Amino acid sequence: MFSFNIFSDLKVMFQYDFMLHAFQAGTIVAIVAGMIGYFIVLRRSSFAAHALSHAGFTGAAGAVLLGVNPIFGLFIFTMGGGLLMGILGRKVEGRDVQIGTVLAFMLGLGVLFISLYKGYATEAYSLLFGEILGISSSNVLITLIAGIIITVAMGVFYRPLLFASLDEDVAEAKGLSVFWIGILFMLLIAAATSIAVQVVGVLLIFSLMVTPAAIAHKLASKPSHGVIISVLIAVLATWLGLFISFYLPYPVSFFITAIVFIIYIFVRLMPYVRNFSFQKRYQLLRK
Amino acid sequence: MEQQNIITVKNLSAGYSSRESKTIVFENANFSIAKGEFVGILGPNGAGKTTLFKLLLGILKPISGEINILGEKCTSSNCQTNCKIGYVPQRHTFNSESMIEALEIVRLGINGRKMGFSLPAVARREKEEAIETLKIVGAQELAHRPLSALSGGEQQRIFLAQALVGNPDILFLDEPLASLDIRREYEFVKLIKKTAEKRNITVLLIAHNINPLLPVLSKVIYVANHRVLVGNVAQVFTSEFLTKLYNSPVEVLRDSHGRIAIIGAQEGGHDHNHG
Repeated sequence: MFSFNIFSDLKVMFQYDFMLHAFQAGTIVAIVAGMIGYFIVLRRSSFAAHALSHAGFTGAAGAVLLGVNPIFGLFIFTMGGGLLMGILGRKVEGRDVQIGTVLAFMLGLGVLFISLYKGYATEAYSLLFGEILGISSSNVLITLIAGIIITVAMGVFYRPLLFASLDEDVAEAKGLSVFWIGILFMLLIAAATSIAVQVVGVLLIFSLMVTPAAIAHKLASKPSHGVIISVLIAVLATWLGLFISFYLPYPVSFFITAIVFIIYIFVRLMPYVRNFSFQKRYQLLRK
Repeated sequence: MEQQNIITVKNLSAGYSSRESKTIVFENANFSIAKGEFVGILGPNGAGKTTLFKLLLGILKPISGEINILGEKCTSSNCQTNCKIGYVPQRHTFNSESMIEALEIVRLGINGRKMGFSLPAVARREKEEAIETLKIVGAQELAHRPLSALSGGEQQRIFLAQALVGNPDILFLDEPLASLDIRREYEFVKLIKKTAEKRNITVLLIAHNINPLLPVLSKVIYVANHRVLVGNVAQVFTSEFLTKLYNSPVEVLRDSHGRIAIIGAQEGGHDHNHG
């Protein structure tokens, strides 16, 4: 089993198709989630990401009921929700209660769909908490295609999106259409959410889409560095999570969420630790 | 031709309409601004000063009237002229928890509209231009500090640099003095004036207090009581003129330094202290 030789360990791991698929899909999802997450945090739309994942749950549950690949249900519902939120734009801001009400209903609908379906427990569980070890090669392909489309779109619209996210009024005055940028961004979140649900599930979407990005925002003074740090943390957490879960009988999503949480706490506490040691040294110097 | 008009506004009316009601902000505004002028836009809160900027920028559509900027009819915010306008809004919407440094904010003034990424050589040139502009506003030492860690006055310099970068012909500054103390108000006005003269930029500046602007103003646009009136300082800031504008007694007082205080103008229910 575990041998302290990472290369032979990985060799053993990749003999299993499910581990290979998990690493492939997990890496794509982590890159996309880390990248888009930076802008989610910058635009303060983390609630929207959370909301879209819930809509996705209903879509996926509906797809399961109809006997279709759940990822298509996820796409349709998150994209629909994303489009709606994008069109409403600023009208959605500060309406947490209204969004929450609609979401709770969506989730309830999802539960109904799941209960109507015979294979109740496992399907619901994997949608809510992720089932990265159950990803098929066709899902890896769908994830890859979605990942490439999202990455290219982000690359093309990187600066207008950054400008509109940082300072909407000035961007608008410079002739950028913040309305269309808002819609585009919501659709990108929706697409990213759809593929991320496979890895961490509806309820744990924050761990890949928001937490790594929040850490990056604390560390980076340049947006480009921030995006890179966010992606690196998300990828690292996914890889480590998968690696550990191969040897321990606990869910991957737990390890991923635990790793990003630990890094987050560490980064949040860093300034206090630094100040503390500085004060201590200063006091020593005075003595 | 030195007295070339770069902004012409004819019969401009502005307002907001919703399903329930229609609000007129101001009606029948007529004015023109020549190249290189320094124009102060004054008036009580909610009179429509910011609305006027948004109309000129093409963000809002007028109810009626015509706007010409830099020889082009401005109808939508996508018009090419917007690249030649530097704009500093009243309130910035940036995320105050972000650690993004000031230099990056200024750079967006150059490349924020561009798709994709700059080639390394272009990126270097953009960075140099941003640093150069930060030097002009005396903020080069703030370049690598997070914007959110700067004071109100320091942030105002960064936003001015962002508006100046890319060599605009016109600057729209919406209450840039609001977050400054009295001494810095005068300094900031001097800085704007110096930069504008050097680069032959026309400045439109919204302010609440006319006094820091007195040494530099070539024209005043006064927005109040649904009207927009234009003149020089001596014409606008008289008791007769403002009394007529507000339809209620207003008194303009001047101290020995020529500073202006306005008393009265209760009609609109606005707090109106120009002292």
